[in-house]
Amino acid sequence: MSAVQPPVSRETPVIGPGWGYASVSDKIADLVLTRPVRWPWLAAFFGTLAGTLVFVAATGWLLLRGIGIWGVDIPVAWGFAIANVVWWIGIGHAGTFISAILLLLRQKWRTSINRFAEAMTLFAASMAGLFPILHLGRPWFFYWIAPYPDRMGVWPQWRSPLVWDFFAIGTYILVSILFWYLGLLPDLATLRDRAHGRFKRYAFGLAALGWRGEARHWARHQSAYLLLAGLATPLVVSVHSVVSLDFSIANVPGYHSTIFPPYFVAGALFSGFAMVLTLAIPLRRAFALQDFITPTHLDHAAKVLLATGALVAYGYASEIFTAFYSGDEFEIALTLDRFTGFYAPVYWFMMACNVLAPQVLWWRWARRNTVLLFALSLAINLGMWMERVLIVVQSTSHDFLLSSWGRFLPTAWDWIFLLGSLSTFAWLFLVFIRVLPAISISEMRELVRESAHEGRA
Amino acid sequence: MNDAWGLMAEFATADALLQGARAARAAGYRQAEAYAPFAVEGLAEALGFERTRVPLATFLGGLAGGLGGFFLQWYSAVVDYPLDIAGRPLDSWPMFVPVTFEMAVLGAAFAAVIAMLAGCGLPQLRHPVFNAPDFELAMRNRFFLCLPAHDPAFEPEAAARLLASLHPLRWVEVPR
Repeated sequence: MSAVQPPVSRETPVIGPGWGYASVSDKIADLVLTRPVRWPWLAAFFGTLAGTLVFVAATGWLLLRGIGIWGVDIPVAWGFAIANVVWWIGIGHAGTFISAILLLLRQKWRTSINRFAEAMTLFAASMAGLFPILHLGRPWFFYWIAPYPDRMGVWPQWRSPLVWDFFAIGTYILVSILFWYLGLLPDLATLRDRAHGRFKRYAFGLAALGWRGEARHWARHQSAYLLLAGLATPLVVSVHSVVSLDFSIANVPGYHSTIFPPYFVAGALFSGFAMVLTLAIPLRRAFALQDFITPTHLDHAAKVLLATGALVAYGYASEIFTAFYSGDEFEIALTLDRFTGFYAPVYWFMMACNVLAPQVLWWRWARRNTVLLFALSLAINLGMWMERVLIVVQSTSHDFLLSSWGRFLPTAWDWIFLLGSLSTFAWLFLVFIRVLPAISISEMRELVRESAHEGRA
Repeated sequence: MNDAWGLMAEFATADALLQGARAARAAGYRQAEAYAPFAVEGLAEALGFERTRVPLATFLGGLAGGLGGFFLQWYSAVVDYPLDIAGRPLDSWPMFVPVTFEMAVLGAAFAAVIAMLAGCGLPQLRHPVFNAPDFELAMRNRFFLCLPAHDPAFEPEAAARLLASLHPLRWVEVPR
């Protein structure tokens, strides 16, 4: 028996050749444990930390002065803040899609990208959770939306989508944390066993809860992990659907549309996969992970972009068609205003980013060109953000009565909050990749075994 | 030998451990333990693990969350704080569906994780197997089969013979 050698991975689309259990474990664990801190990371860390501090300070100013520092007013009472919620929560959805839905579909290419995509979900959902609170006017009363037996004797209005939002986003963040931590548990044990410093051993040891890899524990772990994936799948669809109901339950032209839930979910996956590429491409280069995050991974993600992009384009087409087909003059006026009105440049730029640009992904060379993919992912992120802004702002700027038309122009504070949240997100991600394994180590070992077996057969 | 917690053999591959687990089961061990750095398919079953209660707990958690979520809304909207808005029904259950659904998912997810941890007896930061030599490789690249002394089938010499017959990389006593 002892003559049998441990398996070594063969060249497959999802993992490079020559990796064994030990080398794959050490490679990923040492990114956290022993890799020296280098100046590009430090520069990014301090740059984004500065941005985070600006965000914190801006929040302080907002608490002091109120949301009048933003460009919001009547009739456009929802500005960047609400667009940012929708955008950020959408970005989070790709992480759940990769870790849950692709797990249930037994897609092997999810293995090396699910961990950092889940981290992306957590950080994006946290940013999303922040904006509605900041937008409240009196954010310190945000807990009034939670049902608790208070002395005022009132309860939340259960028929309001804003209350549903609280439950949907809250559940989403909590379930994402559970899912992420459950997957992380065996890897924390790996780090505990490999760490040299006393502090690291204790910290990882406590976080690993004494995981020792017993077969019965693995069986329960697998069972719970699959069940969480099964739960996260409808959850992720429900979250963005509920977010879209914030709009579509209102009767404002441009909001009041039955296509909103699926259209929002497709847009969420579209922008989320773009963000996965935005993070994965620099990550694999900086950490030399080309054997784990292979061109095939990028290729598959690009195909998902192409597919979800087509769904989003269908959503745009359907909105236009329904507006004219309905004969509703307010819907028609709003659609024409999108084409030619004050916000038309945003609309056409969004179309260029979200509909036109992704068409290049029909070609294989484009899906394998990392520089192009990276640039495209940024364009799609920008395009999807503009889509959210357009839905939120342009609809309310141009509703039924001429007398209640108005324009929203962002102030410097609107931009500071947007860039500040981006900076905070990037900072959290930078901390994450140095503190926790960015790729699931135990699942990579499984992949090593599978690829070795496949090679033999 | 009497003060040992058990005997432990170390293997280099998952297949060797799987064979060892089957051999231990065949030799009458009911509490043998196998340690692997990833989820090896069929390993728990080879040791005689029949089924996990995690799915049941998840279902019950989801049920409790969903029923609790619905009751919360129904009670507050119908009994404790009825708001008559143009005579619309108080018990407007379709509008209670989103929160009921979210609460069901939340309850099920927490139940799944708690049931998994409780079933495994985690957190448990101390365990005798951690004292075994090389065990720090259990979550890296090595596979271990442990025959614990508290297993009714355990008999020191026979256990040692069984492990040696599996041709492990090595086998050792696990100190208590």
